[in-house]
Amino acid sequence: MTTTALDPAEPAQAAAGTETTGTETIAPPAERAHTVTRSTRASRVAVRLGIVAALALLSVPLWAPSSLMRWGVEVMCFLVLAQMWNLMAGYGGLVSVGQQAFVGIGGYALFVFAQHLGVHPFLAIPLGGVAAALAAALTSRMVFRLRGGYFAVGTWVLSEVFRIGFSNVSLLGGGSGQSLTVMARIDRSFRESATWWIACALLIGASLAINLLLRSRFGLGLTAVRDSEAAAESQGVDVAALKRRVYVLSSFGAGLVGALYYVNVLRISPGSAFDVGWVVAAIFIVVIGGIGTLEGPIVGAAVFFGLRWLLADYGTWYWLVMGAVAVAVMVLSPKGLWGFAQRRFGWQLLPLQRRLTVGAAASSPSSPSSTPR
Amino acid sequence: MTEWLDILVQGVLLGGLYALFAIGLSIAYGVMRLVNIAHGDFIVLAAYLALAAVSMLGLHPFAAIVPVAALMFGLGYALQRALLNRTLGPDILPPLLVTFGLSILVQNGLLEAFSADSRSLQVGDLATASLRLGDSLDSLTIGWLPLIVFGVAVLLTLAVHALFSRTPVGIALRATSDDPATAGLMGIRARHVYALALGLSFALVAVGGVFAGIRTTFTPDAGPASLLYAFEAVVIGGLGSLWGTFAGAIVVGVAQVVGARIDAGLGVLAGHLVFLAVLMFRPSGLFARTR
Repeated sequence: MTTTALDPAEPAQAAAGTETTGTETIAPPAERAHTVTRSTRASRVAVRLGIVAALALLSVPLWAPSSLMRWGVEVMCFLVLAQMWNLMAGYGGLVSVGQQAFVGIGGYALFVFAQHLGVHPFLAIPLGGVAAALAAALTSRMVFRLRGGYFAVGTWVLSEVFRIGFSNVSLLGGGSGQSLTVMARIDRSFRESATWWIACALLIGASLAINLLLRSRFGLGLTAVRDSEAAAESQGVDVAALKRRVYVLSSFGAGLVGALYYVNVLRISPGSAFDVGWVVAAIFIVVIGGIGTLEGPIVGAAVFFGLRWLLADYGTWYWLVMGAVAVAVMVLSPKGLWGFAQRRFGWQLLPLQRRLTVGAAASSPSSPSSTPR
Repeated sequence: MTEWLDILVQGVLLGGLYALFAIGLSIAYGVMRLVNIAHGDFIVLAAYLALAAVSMLGLHPFAAIVPVAALMFGLGYALQRALLNRTLGPDILPPLLVTFGLSILVQNGLLEAFSADSRSLQVGDLATASLRLGDSLDSLTIGWLPLIVFGVAVLLTLAVHALFSRTPVGIALRATSDDPATAGLMGIRARHVYALALGLSFALVAVGGVFAGIRTTFTPDAGPASLLYAFEAVVIGGLGSLWGTFAGAIVVGVAQVVGARIDAGLGVLAGHLVFLAVLMFRPSGLFARTR
């Protein structure tokens, strides 16, 4: 009995749906029945653990002090941003160094709607996502003129344009920014709990959405494009449209993160909202955890915030360690810590891969043969 | 009238400095398709190396250019040989992300070594000396320092052009750029050639970095801005054309000076907007030789 893993990290032909008969199974014809399974025992346990963790997360406002909650919301913001960046770069092959543009636009949209137009701040959060998605859709034509590494730097220029642009809007406080004073009208403990639950909803929603998305036709097309644009195009994937969609989608997520983050910290300025530090953190989280894996950003965020906590008193040394770790991971284990664990131990927690079990009708699938890219 | 001519001249001279940044970036991309995110940070590193040479060895900043450029050539060669060669391949992610990590390393290393204070390289009276054209009160004046920088940029661009078109090293660089496998069959070692290319890129950047440090002050986090100017020059000029890149750098320089004249805070923005406009309407660049 042989199992092969048809996962999104496989070459384009497989992902785009052509037949893969690469398994050298010498099974008698009678036994050629096969089944396709997605879940493994580990993944079923992981999903259940995930549900328990999600419930535990939701209970935090009932017992935690507000400083811990503020910190937790920040961690969730960075984690979601990392997931969004991973969707775009790890699965779509679009490396952007300019996602802070959409974090900033989401944050500023919150201020425009909540502070100036009287929309309830919590309802303004989704509007932040919409504003970011719109901005991404309108500017995608320009940045998609550039490819590969030049796309990365081009998106950075775009975010700088937004930063300087918002610095010159005096209604929004110009270069020094402004505070979200309307939040004072909301009762403090309710405000903090609600912010926390919104952050949880965003994290859980983003995780589920990305998981489902990658299992869909869209996800298959996306990974096919990453592996080979030409091959994907030849299989009928509309490459340009797909790229634009993932860019807009990821920017929508970044906008939600921006709006939520500034509901949490209550003060915005162009320097912080459009800080390249946003994307620096997202890239480190994704690269260290494992680019192109769903579990990676979670592992990466644990390392990122763990090291930040450990090295809190050493300032620049924290960034030196982060930089060195990221370079080392990229050179030694390009799929990050999680990719290393996956390859070494055959772990697969989220049911994303499809396993083809050739032979007798599915008994319990054996450990998957992961296919490093 | 003189005012606008003055702006134009200043912009062109500033563009000369950006050309030094941009040609380094363009060589790394042209030869091995490497987009070096840390490019700007190495520009700043060169300025700090010159600062160290000036303060410890007592060198004149101009004299420091030679050892700093040599050191940066060595650094570029070693970096490509030891680290970046391992990341090159069909996948663009690894080199991008490794240089991204390097950028953070260089920035924070400089911050740790030199603090966040802004520094500059002193050249005494030369910094303010200027050349007056004509005798009347409103006649055009040009600073000697920007003029020297521009002259050096032109000379180095000519030298790089000659290197690529006339010398065996240039032929090896072009051959490897076109097809590393076939070049390998001719006995050209791609790994060595790539390392030479990054060394050359770094040496040019070192000259630009030292000049930038003489012209203005610098801080450890000044790198990304320089990267963006260099990148804009390359795209505006049209990929793969040396003099196109030079012209692109002048467009960026002029745009920045014109923007800064309209409002002090808008100089950099004007450069960015010209870049985006070129992307929108002439995506192959203003001076591209092939379409």
